[in-house]
Amino acid sequence: MDLSSINPVLLLAALMVASTPILLAAIGELVAEKAGVLNLGVEGMMIIGAICGFAVAVETGNPYLGYIGAAIGGAALSLIFAFLTQYLLSNQVATGLALTLFGLGFSALIGQSYSGIKPPQINDLNIPLLADIPFVGPVLFQHDIMVYFAILLVAVVAYMLTRTRAGLILRAVGESHDAAHALGYKVVLIRVAAIAFGGACAGLGGAYLSLVRVPQWTEGMTAGAGWIALAIVVFASWKPWRVLLGAYLFGGITVLQLNLQAAGVKIPVEYLSMSPYLITILVLVIMSADRGRASLNAPAALGKSFHAAS
Amino acid sequence: MTHPLLSIQGVTKAYPGVVANDTVSFDIQPGEVHALLGENGAGKSTLVKMIYGLVKPDAGRMELHAAPYEPASPHAARNSGIAMVFQHFSLFEALNVAENVALGMEDPPPMATLAERIREVSETYGLPLDPARLVGDLSAGERQRVEIIRCLLQDPNLLIMDEPTSVLTPQEVDILFETLKKLSAEGTAILYISHKLEEIRTLCDAATVLRLGKVVGACNPREKSARELAEMMVGQLLHTPDKGAKETGDVALAVKDLSVASQNPFGTALKDISFEVRRGEVLGIGGVAGNGQDDLLAALSGEMITPAETVRLGHQPVGALGPNDRRRLGILCAPEERLGHAAAPDMSLTENALLTGAIRESLSKNGFLDWARTRGFAETIIEKFDVRTPGPTHAARSLSGGNLQKFVIGREILQRPEVLVVNQPTWGVDAAAAASIRQALLDLATDGAAIIVISQDLDELMEVADRFAALNEGRLSEPRPTQGLTIDEIGLMMGGAHGMEVAHVA
Amino acid sequence: MIRLEKRPEPSQNWALATPVLAVLATMVAGGIMFALLGKDPVEAIRTIFWDPLFHPDFAAFSRPQLLVKAGPLILIAIGLSLGFRAGVWNIGAEGQYIIGALCGAGVGLAFYPLEAFWIFPMMVIAGALGGWAWAMIPGILKTRFNTNEILVSLLLVYVAEQLMASMAVGLLRNPEGSGFPGSRNLQQYASAANNELIAGTGMHWGVVAALIAVIFAYILLNRHIMGFNIRLAGQAPRAAKFSGVKPARLILFCLGVSGALAGMAGLFEVAGPAGQITIDFNVGYGFTAIIVAFLGRLHPVGILLAGLLMALTYIGGELAQFMLGLPAAAIQAFQGMLLFFLLAGDVLTNFRIRLGRAEVA
Repeated sequence: MDLSSINPVLLLAALMVASTPILLAAIGELVAEKAGVLNLGVEGMMIIGAICGFAVAVETGNPYLGYIGAAIGGAALSLIFAFLTQYLLSNQVATGLALTLFGLGFSALIGQSYSGIKPPQINDLNIPLLADIPFVGPVLFQHDIMVYFAILLVAVVAYMLTRTRAGLILRAVGESHDAAHALGYKVVLIRVAAIAFGGACAGLGGAYLSLVRVPQWTEGMTAGAGWIALAIVVFASWKPWRVLLGAYLFGGITVLQLNLQAAGVKIPVEYLSMSPYLITILVLVIMSADRGRASLNAPAALGKSFHAAS
Repeated sequence: MTHPLLSIQGVTKAYPGVVANDTVSFDIQPGEVHALLGENGAGKSTLVKMIYGLVKPDAGRMELHAAPYEPASPHAARNSGIAMVFQHFSLFEALNVAENVALGMEDPPPMATLAERIREVSETYGLPLDPARLVGDLSAGERQRVEIIRCLLQDPNLLIMDEPTSVLTPQEVDILFETLKKLSAEGTAILYISHKLEEIRTLCDAATVLRLGKVVGACNPREKSARELAEMMVGQLLHTPDKGAKETGDVALAVKDLSVASQNPFGTALKDISFEVRRGEVLGIGGVAGNGQDDLLAALSGEMITPAETVRLGHQPVGALGPNDRRRLGILCAPEERLGHAAAPDMSLTENALLTGAIRESLSKNGFLDWARTRGFAETIIEKFDVRTPGPTHAARSLSGGNLQKFVIGREILQRPEVLVVNQPTWGVDAAAAASIRQALLDLATDGAAIIVISQDLDELMEVADRFAALNEGRLSEPRPTQGLTIDEIGLMMGGAHGMEVAHVA
Repeated sequence: MIRLEKRPEPSQNWALATPVLAVLATMVAGGIMFALLGKDPVEAIRTIFWDPLFHPDFAAFSRPQLLVKAGPLILIAIGLSLGFRAGVWNIGAEGQYIIGALCGAGVGLAFYPLEAFWIFPMMVIAGALGGWAWAMIPGILKTRFNTNEILVSLLLVYVAEQLMASMAVGLLRNPEGSGFPGSRNLQQYASAANNELIAGTGMHWGVVAALIAVIFAYILLNRHIMGFNIRLAGQAPRAAKFSGVKPARLILFCLGVSGALAGMAGLFEVAGPAGQITIDFNVGYGFTAIIVAFLGRLHPVGILLAGLLMALTYIGGELAQFMLGLPAAAIQAFQGMLLFFLLAGDVLTNFRIRLGRAEVA
């Protein structure tokens, strides 16, 4: 074992990359949940995004088109969920599970001919001047554009939710769909939009896995990332900036355990591999044990179906 | 010549199995306080939903300022100068007052300006309100202020108020009426929906009476007696329940120093509650909604466990027992919310009979259910309490509110309770069913049971209760005999005006 | 314009008809999917639904497989259905299945090479206990700390998979396996083997257990107060509390039963059809059982039928892979689609579809 082989600069830089897929998926799910929709299909939408992004990028040779394809793919899948839950009023938990099961199967189907290929390369930005700062530069300023896009997205969502009327309406719909309906807001449309946004974000997160993080296509490659994104939303008490914190925490553990594996620590690989899941559970327990006012951030109408009675 | 402000002409709206409004016509004049009077289920709510753009009429037309008025949504209605204060509040508990107000406005100013204006208007109309507070932390009366201020900020021509006084103490009602009269003097018309006759006689200039979806009369309510109005509304002479002559016996249930935190985050904690109720006695517990009624019922039913000594049945401490153990001893309850609390909406009446009857009616043996016996019990309830349903296999939610309530109350009464606790026994129930439910409660008391009626309907409490106490912010006032209690005294027991002041408008 | 109108009470007829309709709709949609993949849709559907049972060459092999695959699906789905009815969402049956197999196989291997009649029953108990204990983790976290059981049970699947991988190369590795990962083959250890009971039928102890579970679940749900409480808690939680149901006990009961049944299913699989613990021992029965539970309307008899149908699609899928070159993933997508159609069809149970003027708002 050689712990000194772990380079803190590389570790922190890798952390930012490792957290990005979950961050994207989690911020999308946060918006959907703020509108009162519990979509457990994040894993399915991510994997669909992973293959759509990969396929488009390989076919066009342009990774950026790949991201667009992934967002469309994720959103399209989420619209199945939206149609079932918002128009046909199906149970959100069951439908979300169906979305995950279907997404895993369908992605494998599309992805058959894409195994073992390398996707087109995406260059790191190397932000001038900033990238040259010792330590801070390589950690913060030498990443590809999606890393920064994800952070920007968190900022935009945070601003929208707390400072704009659109965000206020979204929160109102998630708080009480009946009251929002009585005031004349189009509950179903707002929710469908929020679901589609969540799907697009999950798709982007998936594509980041297959295009940058891994980078290749394998069946079931999300390996629970979607579920961890769901857990991070709970961890964050539905606050956008805390989603960022949660994603970095999880990314940090993932990267650390990979580094420890590489350094040959005397813990079996399997136990290191399960550590991110165990720590996610631990964090969930700590967050949910607090039944005080902080837990009131959970949207009151989360997971409930809305049908205008009259 | 002057046009009416709003003219409703032959409006009809049908739902499957029921015509909610049948060629309804009437006019509202500018500045008029117009009462829309009718029983539960007469079609008042559907009518105002059409005026507010939430529901579209099947036939007929509406005119606003003599121009056709067809609001496609509440936004359109608000843009036409129509505002509404909802009965079941259209508020968001986890948002603050200013945010709630903004959501009900078409063009809200920036939050800081809005907060300033809320302070101003609340000051002017004597409705004190802090824009930064979470609505979930407000009392029912304060929540209504949020709705009213939301409307006032838009300078409406017509203000619709759906049963506004059901959440107010008598003192608060007086102040609200002052505010409404000032508004009306300023030229705002008010459509005032209620089934409380005395209120309408003191406040309104004109009244339209609805029965089963049809207009059955129009009058100046000041020229009619409450009795005449009631007959127009109900269409028959009402039977007033008889209080049989009775003697009260030993103390059946005693609550002592009961303090407990609420089960839900926005609920009201119960504080130092003490009272006794004797055999043969009906104790009425009044109070504005949201002052701890649900929690008090939960503490009595066993859904909420408290230290054993805080609740006693006779001499036996029962505070630490769950619902089934209390049922076994004879404490039975009927919660307020029929669908989802007192009954499971999608389950059959037979299954709902089992919901509370398993123990006292011996419907199960070693955990195995006797469905034949359960069905028999359900059939007995249906027969004895005149529940209108094709049979016990039908789902609870297929019954009308009054019929389901008769089933729920009947289910408990037929289990021969020692102590029966009911919350809002006639809420949302038609007058005939309400009368029969009250009579059944009185008969049960005559037979020697102790009864606690929690209700927000003061008339009901005065009718059935021997003693009266009021819940106010989780505290219970000292119970007093109902005989000779004045409305002012009752109002003070309920907490008086809660800091409301008479409007400052000249 | 189409709109939905809530029925005064759920329609029994539609509740029975929707699974059938969903299967038909899935065949049509699946056929289109297969056509897009360049396969003859009619042939593909026939290969999946008909050939496993009636093909002159393959049926003899594939018919017994029906029970082999349906057994664990039904056993797991019965357990899950109790929780789903009560609003307790155990979606980590796959993990409980793995732990059950590990515990059961561990007990069996511990006695190797002793031959005794009590070894197999011990293994069954150990398997059930293992699955039960694994399901108790989300159960206790839920009741003690209010932690979401959906996320915890699911995340524990990944933990269980890693645990199994470590066992396959470590503690349970076959000492005579020349270093390959994987345990001894329990099929070759008479006292621990879960053999076919009637030759040529595929019937093994797991199938028997599944049938017993169906009967028990039926009695529980229809004749026993516990089953009534489960249904009540799922439909109207507040009414359940009023009725005297203790939510925590119900959660632990539902998770415990579903975990124990999933664990048993894992044990029967590892001691029977699979034979040994390997890295890829689990094939997703725990997830497919979710579809089975819903397809069977959470009703024991429905689950029995749904389990057989889903087993058929598994076998038919393999057959189609072999005969038509249909990708293995296609059948997974096909099963997911079935669940979509089923959930969509549910709307007919609770609502009437009306053609007519649109409502405002």
